[in-house]
Amino acid sequence: MPDATQSMEAIEQPAVIKRGSRFSGYLRAISAMVWKDLTAELRSRELLSAMLVFALLVILIFNFALELDIRTRETVTSGVLWVTFAFAGTLGLNRSMAVERDRGCLDGLLLVPVDRSALYFGKVLGNLIFMLIVEAIILPVYSLLYDVNLFHPGLMAVILLGSVGYVAVGTLLSTMAVQARTRDVLLPILLFPVVLPLLVAALKASNGFLQGFNMEEIWPWVYLLIAYDVIFIAVAFMVFDFVVEE
Amino acid sequence: MEPIPKILKVLNWITSALFVVALYMVLFFAPREAVMGDVQRVFYFHVSAGWVGGLAFLVTAIASGVYLARGDHRWDQIALASVEIGLFFTLANIISGSIWARPIWNTWWTWDPRLVTASIMELVYIAYLLLRQGVDDPDRRARFGAVYSIVGFISVPITFLSIRIFRTIHPVVIGSSDPAAMSSLTMDPKMRVAFFFSLFTFTLVYVTLLWHRLRLQHLAERVEQTKMKVLSA
Repeated sequence: MPDATQSMEAIEQPAVIKRGSRFSGYLRAISAMVWKDLTAELRSRELLSAMLVFALLVILIFNFALELDIRTRETVTSGVLWVTFAFAGTLGLNRSMAVERDRGCLDGLLLVPVDRSALYFGKVLGNLIFMLIVEAIILPVYSLLYDVNLFHPGLMAVILLGSVGYVAVGTLLSTMAVQARTRDVLLPILLFPVVLPLLVAALKASNGFLQGFNMEEIWPWVYLLIAYDVIFIAVAFMVFDFVVEE
Repeated sequence: MEPIPKILKVLNWITSALFVVALYMVLFFAPREAVMGDVQRVFYFHVSAGWVGGLAFLVTAIASGVYLARGDHRWDQIALASVEIGLFFTLANIISGSIWARPIWNTWWTWDPRLVTASIMELVYIAYLLLRQGVDDPDRRARFGAVYSIVGFISVPITFLSIRIFRTIHPVVIGSSDPAAMSSLTMDPKMRVAFFFSLFTFTLVYVTLLWHRLRLQHLAERVEQTKMKVLSA
């Protein structure tokens, strides 16, 4: 279990080193945050295992709900994958922020003399790593179960871009959601309407790669993904302070 | 209880009178559309309601930004009041569109990009209200609301642009580059007058409602304060 003392130990490092340049201190703070999350996860393994089991269950349910026979498989694969990632993602985001809130860990983090946005980027990177790990396991399992070849570099790029945007918004919103009284139900309600344009773009682009469309048909969706990522990382960077302020 | 300010009273009367005139213009003054017939008259209030919805959410985003920058409680109240009005008008927009679509598209609802983006916009701001409801501390509630309304504002331009960037069956009347677009209509001068008149009237309705809503909030706060005073005495 990650607790306040443990994470404080992990982030003591950047607080002490003040002589280096400000930027390297900033990077150090981010990497310390990521390191803290990874260490805690390595010891407990509760977040990743929950996400993985849940993702597998979603795929199984889709199997029965959509009757994934060979003909439908080709057209719905990208949809099934993205819905699975989105659902498993909410589970992970909620848990990863709830851990910070438990036992006052977030308060401890806020005392660290670094820019608050370093906390945000650290958390985003940590969440992104978890999400990519889950995706890296789900994709081969899906290809194996349904005999679809998913190893396409374009698809990988789309999944990376989509996950970045999803996690960027999700981290901001889950930070708010865990501080609310209705924290158990709030995150998906807040996240899904905002992240829907991203999911649609990711879904269309993935579908394009899987079905072998022309790049001219895929590029607009990829541009939309990149624009979404840039806009939301910038917005979250600007407003994160207000979300953790006491 | 505080009396209603004089300007607001005047505004009430002007708005009501203009609304009656707008109704007359839409129903009688504007000519009947040649292809669609009388059902096209929905268009005037449909677009006006959509415009007020977008405007209200824009006001919310701006007021939220100012609130975050200055921390003045009144801006947060404007943001909240504007969301409530915007939600109502967006719903009116969706429902009136549905009434128009029944005879024209032969269905109440279709998964067209414009319809989908408009409903997502509605959901974003319902989520905004749910978020506020779930936070007890007033300062935090205001801050979270402000942050979410800024993040959620992306749905507004997407809704506005959806009929211009996606392939859609929704008509593009204003600023259409393609006059041959499916079921698009070119406006007769009289239609244009009726259209801009209802647009103006609806904007005034928005202003009036916003003012009333802010006044209500102010009164509610005073009731709360009086209650506290009585209880502590």
